[in-house]
Amino acid sequence: MKTTELAIVGAGPAGVCAALEAASCGVKVTLIDREEQIGGQLVKQTHKFFGWHEKSAGTRGIVISGDLADQVKANPDICFMGSAEALGYFQDDGVLLLETPVGIQKLKPERLLIATGASEKMILFPGNDLPGVYGAGAVQTLMNVHGVRPGKSVLMIGSGNIGLIVSYQLAQAGVKVAAVVEALPNIGGYAVHASKIRRLGIPIYTRHSIKEAYGTACVEGAIIWQLDDNWQGIAGTEKQLDVDVICLATGLTPLCEFLWQAGAEMAYIPELGGFVPLYDENMETTVEGVYVAGDAACIEEASTAMAEGRLAGLAIAYSLGKVPADEFSRKRAESLKELDELRAGPTSGAIVKGLAVMKEQMRKRVSQ
Amino acid sequence: MESSDIRITQHPILDFPDRRKIKFYWEGKELEGYEGEPIASALHAAGIKVLHKSLKQGCPRGFFCAIGNCSSCLVVVDGVPNVRACTEKLRAGMRVEMQEGVGPVPASKE
Ligand code: FES
Repeated sequence: MKTTELAIVGAGPAGVCAALEAASCGVKVTLIDREEQIGGQLVKQTHKFFGWHEKSAGTRGIVISGDLADQVKANPDICFMGSAEALGYFQDDGVLLLETPVGIQKLKPERLLIATGASEKMILFPGNDLPGVYGAGAVQTLMNVHGVRPGKSVLMIGSGNIGLIVSYQLAQAGVKVAAVVEALPNIGGYAVHASKIRRLGIPIYTRHSIKEAYGTACVEGAIIWQLDDNWQGIAGTEKQLDVDVICLATGLTPLCEFLWQAGAEMAYIPELGGFVPLYDENMETTVEGVYVAGDAACIEEASTAMAEGRLAGLAIAYSLGKVPADEFSRKRAESLKELDELRAGPTSGAIVKGLAVMKEQMRKRVSQ
Repeated sequence: MESSDIRITQHPILDFPDRRKIKFYWEGKELEGYEGEPIASALHAAGIKVLHKSLKQGCPRGFFCAIGNCSSCLVVVDGVPNVRACTEKLRAGMRVEMQEGVGPVPASKE
């Protein structure tokens, strides 16, 4: 059976940064992704990153992912396995099962990092299962990676940064955005994204939601309505929209089935995106030697995912005896400080609260 | 929508390189797509959105996540069921069928 010092599942921003950090300390890394390409969801982010303390401010996601991919390819200590899907991790014998183009393979890593990212949250409304109801990530993939327009006219649900950015990208690709609806009284994303799409004449309806999607085989239209203070639709406020696509940008939830399967203890912490694995300050889960980073640990931005990846990569290198203790504590302190700074912005309040809940649960667990 | 409007040819930021056009079959009908793109993207560009009929009630299903997470897009490819149309790459001559429920049992290879 093949062995490796560190196997990383997911070659998005968190996984790649962990790989680069660990390899720089002398760890032999196998980086696994089901896609052929390195970069995860960054490969479809055509917008420039910016915001509160963002490291990669002013750079487009597609440029960042190209740069990360070049660094991985140039590093002799990282073996990238693309088109390989991790099927499961068997704690008892420490074996990772992979489906690759040449068949099922087993890999035995000394350490495992799960950086599988996130999946979209579904919301409830009649007709939500019709073809034409797509996750925002799906719309980006179809249009920004494969060059296919998702439809003629789109209703965007959710005005967080993803909803606003994807609306703008749709307009760039020549697709009409009929409206953006937001259940909250205020727009969720940055004002600068909102003004960009408003300038294009796309209406943003706050305190509105979708009442239903209709159509026989596919989406043929949608009805939106205003919500009262108890989140109930107000009869008489319905608006009918002629759309063939309904795009859900209603939030993400950690994609952590792999961690459930691997036996990690999970907790429901809504501020972090739903069910998340419990992990310590080194990003190690309750399964010894199994680490987590990025959106699989907590739904945040690419910049925090990258910082978490570096922290996990460093901690793993230390646990393998590749980094002296003093260097480890110095670098770890820097890494934690970087994460604190990234989370100092006004939009990170919930995350900070959720991480405090995580810390408390870990503390209770240790003292038991 | 005409298939000429559905493929993006001009974009302010992205370039879509020319790829090889190939023929494949959807429900026995010959269609064109680009080699190596996902089946779902070729079908979408050809105006086909219903890929699957749900298990119990036979409701139409299309893709949802487009990255292999949700299994909303299962189709039958060359007789093999449960292939995710959103991640499986298009090859020339591929025979793709809508999957009804769990789909057919694939023929044994002997
Ligand atoms: S659309 Fe989700 S798996 Fe294909």
